[in-house]
Amino acid sequence: MRSEVFYIIIGMTLVTYFTRFGALALFRFTGVPIWLNRWLKYVPVAILTSLIVPLLLLPKGYLDISLHNDYLIAGIVAAFVAYKSRNIIATLGLGMSVMFVLKLL
Amino acid sequence: MLLSNLLSGKNELAEEVWVALRECTPVVLGVVPFGITCGIMGLTAKMSGIETILMSVFVFAGASQFIGITMLGAGITGWGILMLTTLLVNLRHLIMGSSLAPYMVRLPFPLQAFMAFFLTDEAYALTISRIHKTRYSVPYQLTVSIVLYLVWVLATITGVVLGGYISDPLTWGLDFAMPATFLVLLIPLLADRISLIVFAIAAVVSVIAALYLPGKWYIIIACLIASLIGGLLEEDSEHAQ
Repeated sequence: MRSEVFYIIIGMTLVTYFTRFGALALFRFTGVPIWLNRWLKYVPVAILTSLIVPLLLLPKGYLDISLHNDYLIAGIVAAFVAYKSRNIIATLGLGMSVMFVLKLL
Repeated sequence: MLLSNLLSGKNELAEEVWVALRECTPVVLGVVPFGITCGIMGLTAKMSGIETILMSVFVFAGASQFIGITMLGAGITGWGILMLTTLLVNLRHLIMGSSLAPYMVRLPFPLQAFMAFFLTDEAYALTISRIHKTRYSVPYQLTVSIVLYLVWVLATITGVVLGGYISDPLTWGLDFAMPATFLVLLIPLLADRISLIVFAIAAVVSVIAALYLPGKWYIIIACLIASLIGGLLEEDSEHAQ
């Protein structure tokens, strides 16, 4: 292995670990403050939404709200199935099937 | 008595591990094409197979690895610029860490330090949805974390080994598995008025930010703004009562 790549891998490992452990290490001594706790309550909704929605509306990096956007159509189907069934297998099965058919078309 | 306690404790552990395995399977399926792509990308960026695999073993962060490999492939090898990019791409984990902190700070320090290494988007999403459904569970988070890690490393190895023979698996639409599984985790959370408002704000802000900002900034910006407004609305409704 080239030493240049070695140092890059070690550096990326440490930086990534810092972002994952930083908050825990900090709050270990202070506890999580009340104001932050209230704010954190809505983090799961906010983070899941901001992970999902751009993937469906901008799959190729530009805004695509049309019938040609396979991700959007399959996403709407998956959201409907998820709402009705609350079942991960059913949602994934139907969503991926729609995706597969759209890719074939 | 003691024995039966011990046995029921064991059962509970087995149950928790089993639930974790069942629930993480679809997410894991979504990770496989990304891991394979990561392996293929490493080779196309003129990294050796060992370098590509070791990056998955140590860094274990999909988005950062993709960006790091792309930069290396483009001849950008400055250590500082690669570290800064990794930091910016991974800043969202600080928010996820804070979100899990109220549950994790009570655990023994070495266990916290160990589990923090595995805190990916997927592990966070599964663990937080388990908390909302029942309660925080260490065996659940550990199982999900380790399975995701092993699959990520094995998928990278597969990509490196098969590199020359298969086309980019992401063109098959397999990458849709990830948003689809996240949808199942998100929808049960949208049970009250404030959550729906937070959802709407996060959706609009993330799309606008994704259009105009580079990298993964859209996740951080949208998450900060939407959850902050959610927290303020929560405070208002508490005062109103």
